[in-house]
Amino acid sequence: MKFLLSEEQERFAASLDDLLTSREVDSATRAWARGEHDEGRKLWRELAEIGVTALGVPERYDGLGASDLDLVVAFDRLGYHAVPGPWTDTVAVLPALLDDELLAGVAAGETLASVAFPPHVPYALDADVADTRVAVDGTGLHVFHPATRLSSVDGARRLFRVEPGERIGEADPARAFELGALATAAYLLSAGRWLLDASVEHAKQRHQYGKPIGSFQAVKHLLADVVTELELARPLVHAAALTLTARDVSAAKVAAGRAAHLAARTGLQVHGAIGYTGEHPLGLRLTKVRALLGAWGTPAFHRARVLEAT
Amino acid sequence: MDLDLDDRAAGFRDEVRAWLAENVPKTPLASFDTATGFEEHRAWEAKLADARLSVVSWPEEFGGQDRTLLEWVLFEEEYYAARAPGRVSQNGIFMLAPTLFSHGTDEQRHRILPAMARGQEIWAQAWSEPEAGSDIAALRSTARRTEGGWLLTGQKTWSSRASFADRAFGLFRSDPEARRHHGLTYVMVDLRAEGVTVRPIPQLDGEPGFAELFFDDVFVPDRDVIGEPGEGWRVAMTTANNERGLSLRSPGRFLAAADALVREWRDAGRPAGTAERVADAWIGARAYQLYTFGTVSRLEAGGKLGPESSVNKLFWSRLDVDLHETALDLLGPEAEVGPEWTDGWLFSLAGPIYGGTDQIQRSTVAERVLGLPR
Repeated sequence: MKFLLSEEQERFAASLDDLLTSREVDSATRAWARGEHDEGRKLWRELAEIGVTALGVPERYDGLGASDLDLVVAFDRLGYHAVPGPWTDTVAVLPALLDDELLAGVAAGETLASVAFPPHVPYALDADVADTRVAVDGTGLHVFHPATRLSSVDGARRLFRVEPGERIGEADPARAFELGALATAAYLLSAGRWLLDASVEHAKQRHQYGKPIGSFQAVKHLLADVVTELELARPLVHAAALTLTARDVSAAKVAAGRAAHLAARTGLQVHGAIGYTGEHPLGLRLTKVRALLGAWGTPAFHRARVLEAT
Repeated sequence: MDLDLDDRAAGFRDEVRAWLAENVPKTPLASFDTATGFEEHRAWEAKLADARLSVVSWPEEFGGQDRTLLEWVLFEEEYYAARAPGRVSQNGIFMLAPTLFSHGTDEQRHRILPAMARGQEIWAQAWSEPEAGSDIAALRSTARRTEGGWLLTGQKTWSSRASFADRAFGLFRSDPEARRHHGLTYVMVDLRAEGVTVRPIPQLDGEPGFAELFFDDVFVPDRDVIGEPGEGWRVAMTTANNERGLSLRSPGRFLAAADALVREWRDAGRPAGTAERVADAWIGARAYQLYTFGTVSRLEAGGKLGPESSVNKLFWSRLDVDLHETALDLLGPEAEVGPEWTDGWLFSLAGPIYGGTDQIQRSTVAERVLGLPR
């Protein structure tokens, strides 16, 4: 047993960090929310160049055929930097649903996909920018047409109602669903870690009553609880990537969501009013975490699966 | 990254499982906080030692099997899953022994460890004092130099297992002039020595799990001092995070309890409004198991344990209370008449208090893990 990321995986994560730290991701997110996708698509292509979009695609379609754990490593970093776009749909879910040449476009970073997966994913994410739109219906796959746009609690998630179109094939959607939930868990977990890091930084800088607020025990104890939840959720996410069993994936989704939600609520409390402003990047994560809590299976659904399998 | 066991580890786990299935007493032993139960548990320790299962990670010369840290964790998982008796020797095995491995002399190790491994000498801890609590630097009991050793004077309290134990270990102030953390000496003392008074203190369950210890010029020979006199604080601290110690509190205990909780929930007809708490208890226990596997992997790859053991303690102490509270709520009015879940609940309540309260741990995490200002 070696329950540690490999050096290669650590290096891959570091290269994603290097790239994303040097780009204006938050600005791309704000533009994305306005329906201006240029910056976001540029970022998508850059991430494709270092292999992110090819991870789940089989080698016969020019993909990397990488492990589910490699996917988790990537979604972890996408979540930390809160990269906008249908990453879960395109990179984690679609390659598990289809065996088709269009996956070559996914691998190359040219194709963005939107996947509706009712009842857990009833609305289609970013269907306006997606090149491929697929709805999973029982065991079948359909193309869908985007209908009314709905406004998400997270402005950067552009959701659409789904109008079913042509049936395009059979599907065994189980693995695709697990991967959607797992990628969401990894994204959530590290969105939570960003919220914690930002809050710790803020607590060191922000002075009140002549002292940094991070020296106050009440603030310390809030943040200690957040790091505890996050640290203990991470191994669940990694184990779920190794086993992909319903029980492990669900445990990961519940724990990552819980930890990220605590990080978001605590983060706002520590930041105070500045965190409530639209200018501060905290809000981009806070609303994202809230939205993702219910996506790819609610906490209640995943808890029930854990109990069912135990 | 993988969760696969190699053949040696898997073989060991299977052996342990088979031995426990054969040997764990069918009726639970009496509480080790009673005179009868203490001796029953001492006999159980000897039986474990005969099978070389009492201290599996220790070197063979002291009664162990030289097992890896991972194998020790696997042993613990099997031990709890088999509902084997609580370890009356745990203070010695998990707290004193790591200190002796790091700071003891060869003579001390050979004299003390084999007897500890067999339960021939059962150890109590003597850390707490009425004024000190988690603030070990505020200790007042003294060790005064005398011919060939030291004379101990003062009082220790809330000393676990001390009502029936043979010996105790703890810190005494040997230099009253030195600043708070300095001038403490780590000693081992015979609880039957002249000048020692042991006053048992009943715990919440009515059994004398604690005792007060009074020392009136109790002689301790030089050979029972661990490390250099005056260096007791450093000696205690360098082993506080020891991987064989409390910092790696066995995940097996929580997983076994969480599995039992899920069964209890099913048997109770899945009462409305309880699923969330039951699921979270199981998820927490699984998280703790996997976190431990991660720590073990890091240590086996040459890493060191740091202040993150406080993260550990903070997590499991709350998990344990939540898990047992949930079980009691499921049982409804039956919970009151116990005994199993109520005993576990009483035990869990100590978690957020001992070994540094949850509040102390939170401050440690905030300052040493997150780098917040003191």
